[in-house]
Amino acid sequence: MRGNEVVALILAGGQGTRLGILTEKIAKPAVPFGGKYRIIDFTMSNCVNSGIFTIGVLTQYRPHVLSKHIGIGKPWDLDRKDGGVVILPPYQGSNESDWYKGTANAVYQNIEFVDEYDPEYVLILSGDHVYAMDYNDIIDFHLSKDADGTIACMEVPLEEAHRFGIMVTDIDSRIIEFQEKPKEPKGNLASLGIYVFNWNFLKELLMEDENDPNSTHDFGKDIIPKIVENDLGKLYAYRFEGYWKDVGTIRSYWESNLELTRPLPPLNLYDPNWKFYTHTEEMPPAYVSKSAKVENSLISEGCEIEGEVYDSVIFQGVKIKKGAVVRNSVIMTRSVINEGSVVEDAIIAENVIIGKNVKIGDGEFAQSKLDPKIYNTDITIIGMNSRVPDNCVLGKNVVIGCDVAEGDFKELKVESGGFVLRGGV
Amino acid sequence: MRVLGLVLAGGRSDNLGVLTLKRASAAMPIYGKYRAIDFTLSNMVNSGIVKVGVLTQYNPRSLMDHLGSGKEWDLDRKNGGLFILQPYVSSEGNFWYKGTADAIYQNMTLLRRGEEDFVLIGSGDHIYKIDFSEVFRFHFHKGADITLLVKDLDESYDLSQYGIVEMDEDGRILNIEEKPENPKGNTAFLGIYFMNKFLLMDLLYSFVPHGRTDLLLDIVIPNLKKLKVYGYRFTGYWRNIKKSVKEYYRANMDILDSSVREELFYRNGKVYTKLKDMPPPKFSGTAVVENSLISDGSIITGTVRNSIIFRGVRIKAGAVVENSIVMEGTTIEEGAMVYNAIIDKESVVREERKVIGEGEILVFEKRAVI
Repeated sequence: MRGNEVVALILAGGQGTRLGILTEKIAKPAVPFGGKYRIIDFTMSNCVNSGIFTIGVLTQYRPHVLSKHIGIGKPWDLDRKDGGVVILPPYQGSNESDWYKGTANAVYQNIEFVDEYDPEYVLILSGDHVYAMDYNDIIDFHLSKDADGTIACMEVPLEEAHRFGIMVTDIDSRIIEFQEKPKEPKGNLASLGIYVFNWNFLKELLMEDENDPNSTHDFGKDIIPKIVENDLGKLYAYRFEGYWKDVGTIRSYWESNLELTRPLPPLNLYDPNWKFYTHTEEMPPAYVSKSAKVENSLISEGCEIEGEVYDSVIFQGVKIKKGAVVRNSVIMTRSVINEGSVVEDAIIAENVIIGKNVKIGDGEFAQSKLDPKIYNTDITIIGMNSRVPDNCVLGKNVVIGCDVAEGDFKELKVESGGFVLRGGV
Repeated sequence: MRVLGLVLAGGRSDNLGVLTLKRASAAMPIYGKYRAIDFTLSNMVNSGIVKVGVLTQYNPRSLMDHLGSGKEWDLDRKNGGLFILQPYVSSEGNFWYKGTADAIYQNMTLLRRGEEDFVLIGSGDHIYKIDFSEVFRFHFHKGADITLLVKDLDESYDLSQYGIVEMDEDGRILNIEEKPENPKGNTAFLGIYFMNKFLLMDLLYSFVPHGRTDLLLDIVIPNLKKLKVYGYRFTGYWRNIKKSVKEYYRANMDILDSSVREELFYRNGKVYTKLKDMPPPKFSGTAVVENSLISDGSIITGTVRNSIIFRGVRIKAGAVVENSIVMEGTTIEEGAMVYNAIIDKESVVREERKVIGEGEILVFEKRAVI
């Protein structure tokens, strides 16, 4: 009966700045993924499939969509008499009141929530990642090592190691060194942001850390290095060998979606023994008309496809009209691609209307005039609720913000690297 | 005004052959993800009815499984909600429902106890979308005792299968001829009643104990002169899938028409059904899909034309499915051909088999291996 021994905390407060306008209005865990899901569904489903039914979701940045999505947890069978899912936003107390200052502080502020269940272990998870993992395996590992804390990790290419928390272990997998996002990584064993801690051990550390004026109150930056450097407890590294993706950049988000359209993708959505649950609107099955052509794609419920779709992920209720062609793109809920439009290498957010004979993904790559740190691929992105006027031509690496009206377009051509924001700014 | 909804879902149907061997016709799968009863239930819920009794009898397992606590229709409520009304044995010795009136009579407690003033009686086999509040308005406007839904049927319906209604200019029903050999008109009764609850209770108490157990034949028709029975002319799409395999097949294929889809799926509220958590359907690089409905969890590698594909279906490479209905969890293996067929759930059509219906629709029962 692991359910009573473990409380899971899902950190879902992050903005995910590198996703640009995709997270302008919603937190990263609420970003749609895979035709009908949102990113947090994977972590929530992993919990439920692992038999963990007491879950706190720590929200902060733009929590509205996320809170509505999770609700009382019905789709995950988390509407329970005992435990279930509780949304934990920052709150005001009589002495203290504050935004979550960091991941560790977020957990610190919810010590009372965890204590209520008096668990042996806490599972600290991130709502930002797409993966399939049975948490029983890491907890078993944690028990077998008699550890105080265990961190799930994976080998990553050395050149990407600087984006992760990197650990060095001894032959028994005990962590002997930990570097957070190092410039010169000492290895390629990367933390996946999935931790198991003995609750009493962690609680004490969090209380100490809270009083440390030099701390940023972050697990990766403060808590973990502190434990390792000062030998405060036994930390072990659990090597995870399944599918795990931090869909944190535009390229990785786009690629991970499109990967699902391959014949045997590494993330199996169709596994009857490891289902992913989500909250979706009730819609009828997809209709594919006589004039349509669909290859290598996911087409969700409520879609009406009359045009051509290749290598794309199409979310619920999307309409692709006659003569429209969609290639290598992600098109989110209720968007419409009108007659004769060609969409290539694009991410189109929810409720977007693309006019007739629009061309998206025209020409060659050019550096983004908006923010080259975030927008540095061929992919053109259109934010939610925007309208692209008839006959408009958008180049590559173009950004159309959220809520952009037809009148915001000064001309019917946006060169590669260009952008249009709400109000024509 | 509070209305109690009653859904008649108990009838045995021999017309659908092997498809209803193990399920009530109200539980017949339709349009890729629904069951027939979803339409009547959704209509009731969308019209503001919050208490619904479903009268079941014949093979209710799959129907009960489907309805559960009524959650998907928002009928899992503290007050009202979903009531599954099964025949039962009591000290008075009641048991199997002997007819529609008897079925309601045996569940009189539900009528007696509720605060509702009106009863809407529908059937679980009918596919249509309606806003019942228009029917309610019509009922009061006419000062009717009973309002029956009627429809002018075109030549695509077999009139001898329906109750043919004769009405005066005001819409009052003068006569109903049940399944006439030579129908005198084309206006048919759709099996949907609206009336005052206390009137219904009076009628049931007066007639059922004397062996008059059918609501239409034994109670409504003999009282057409005494009671003001009006016909509300419904003009939308309506099909009774219980009538025949042909009718069931036709109703399914009709959904490939965009105007029917628009009416049934989007007008007058949504259609709710039991959720199954399946991913979006996947179309592989070799898939050819034309004019078809494809449901969640399916993987299409072969060719599908003019067909209804339910959830979790596999159409393998080189397989061709045309003008067919393939139900949940069925696999059409490599190179197989399925034309003009209905293949029930969890079946397998082995590789390179040919299932070709010529002149009539071939039907295969659940878990068939072909």
